[in-house]
Amino acid sequence: MTKESLGISSYIQIKDHHIKLNGKPLFSHEGAFSEFIKMGYKQCGVAYPKFFKMDDLSKLALVAADILLKHEGVQPENEENIALIFSNKASSLNTDRSHQESIQNKDNYYPSPAVFVYTLPNICLGEISIKYKLYSENSFFIFDNFNAEHLYHYSQSLMQSKQAEKVLCGWVDVDNDTYEAFLYLVSKNGSYEHTINEINKLYKK
Amino acid sequence: MNKVFLSYNNIISSLGFSSEAVVEQIQKEVSGLSLIKDKTYLPQPFYSSLIDNNLLNEAFESLGSPQNYTKLERMMILSLNDVITQSNLSINDRVGLIVSTTKGNVDALDADNSFPEERAYLSSLANSISNFFGITRTPIVISNACVSGILAVATAKRYIQQGMYDHVLVVGGDLVTEFILSGFNSFQALSDELCKPYDKDRKGINIGEVTASALVTNDIELLSEDAVAIIGEASCNDANHISGPSRTGEGLFRSIQSALEQSQISAKDIDFISAHGTATLYNDEMEAIAFNRSGLEDVPTHSLKGYFGHTLGASGLLEAIVGVHSLKNDTLYKSLGFDTLGVSKPINLITSTQKTPLRTMLKTASGFGGCNTAVVFKKHAL
Repeated sequence: MTKESLGISSYIQIKDHHIKLNGKPLFSHEGAFSEFIKMGYKQCGVAYPKFFKMDDLSKLALVAADILLKHEGVQPENEENIALIFSNKASSLNTDRSHQESIQNKDNYYPSPAVFVYTLPNICLGEISIKYKLYSENSFFIFDNFNAEHLYHYSQSLMQSKQAEKVLCGWVDVDNDTYEAFLYLVSKNGSYEHTINEINKLYKK
Repeated sequence: MNKVFLSYNNIISSLGFSSEAVVEQIQKEVSGLSLIKDKTYLPQPFYSSLIDNNLLNEAFESLGSPQNYTKLERMMILSLNDVITQSNLSINDRVGLIVSTTKGNVDALDADNSFPEERAYLSSLANSISNFFGITRTPIVISNACVSGILAVATAKRYIQQGMYDHVLVVGGDLVTEFILSGFNSFQALSDELCKPYDKDRKGINIGEVTASALVTNDIELLSEDAVAIIGEASCNDANHISGPSRTGEGLFRSIQSALEQSQISAKDIDFISAHGTATLYNDEMEAIAFNRSGLEDVPTHSLKGYFGHTLGASGLLEAIVGVHSLKNDTLYKSLGFDTLGVSKPINLITSTQKTPLRTMLKTASGFGGCNTAVVFKKHAL
């Protein structure tokens, strides 16, 4: 195993009504999440009709991943080996609450497969894999807070064992009225150092 | 690279509260599934492997007050406590905890549940377990659909090889809840009979509940009699569909290839496969295709869903642990529920429990989101 140094080539943040790529503002819109993410989707040219059927977590993750991967020139035809290592606090709780509502009252019982399938946080990784033809590893982790140490070691392991060429990782969380995405791409070379300190610095920007 | 082992282990299930007790029942071809008629779960009767609350509390009482912990927490603590006691592991900053679950305490979302909604956060579940045992490192939760349990084993191995920990306690568990049953039922995936993986008359899945746990370690002083080396692992996505497996078995095929490559062994060196085998048409067919593409069609294979049902976030770990006992006992356990092949490609299902020398096992799992994981285990001669 060789210990070559890795870099972060791009990062994206979506929170507080703003989308920023590598620190530069791309889009902003005051308003509820549903409206914000739909307009961001259109404005940033995401173009994936299934978007409109997704739950909020998948919408947030797909828009963030798509903007970053497109910026990096990733094309589905190339079937790149990019692992997806995502994390959050609320898992799929937002959609879990909807499914629970549909079964809470026996006189008004309407569970639906279209909702139930999104009661797993890793579904958003499947959506990104389908759009970008990524036959690579997908893993979803849950923490109380953003955990740079964990993401760092996991990416290092995947790259050093050659199980991935690049790793798209970070945090995507939707919980009631709050949302936050922070994703970054780890690769063999990049503008930023791949260290726990640097990941935390970019996250807090 | 340092060797990493799956060592002391435990299973809490309707078949018993230790791995040995459970494997003894499997040896006798006893299923833990039974017909449940309880409308608080589902309007119609269903097959499941529920853990009896009274038995659980009786076993738990010496550890703590049952009313302070959710059912899943009690099951996980009881399971991990057995592993820690058996291994005599001292808890320090070289010990990590991975909790594998798909839905955790999702029953806390139910308005009729006595625990507050906050308990449904998966980190709350992990913190409850972690605090009980005084684990100092931040617990890690893996929630990656039905591969979670086996992915947790692969993740533990990677962390140890990265030097983050020397030992990782892995626990997997999910409850049978109205939440889960109503969802699978809306997919029309539930069978109203005992499940029959790979059989031509299969009608779908049974959902079951267990917790399983194991010590993953690099310390040869901490190896149990049945310890096995984790020699290769990989996970690959189908990039095809979020709720249906690939028709070509693409992700599973790639996972197996990559895990074999890391193991530095070939398909002919695999002595048996512990497959996913949920008993849905699409899953079983996909696996048969992937095993054929991998040249594994003649390798003895079972699904353990006929004994436990599909135990979701625990299943991969549970089935790996039973597999560890297969290796130790040199015994292939019958694929319960199977009579006549019902997939389009031939696979070699184990039709009767039998003694035979065994060295290596391939464990596979697949799940919603198009995820697949394969892990290769090898017997470790003490």
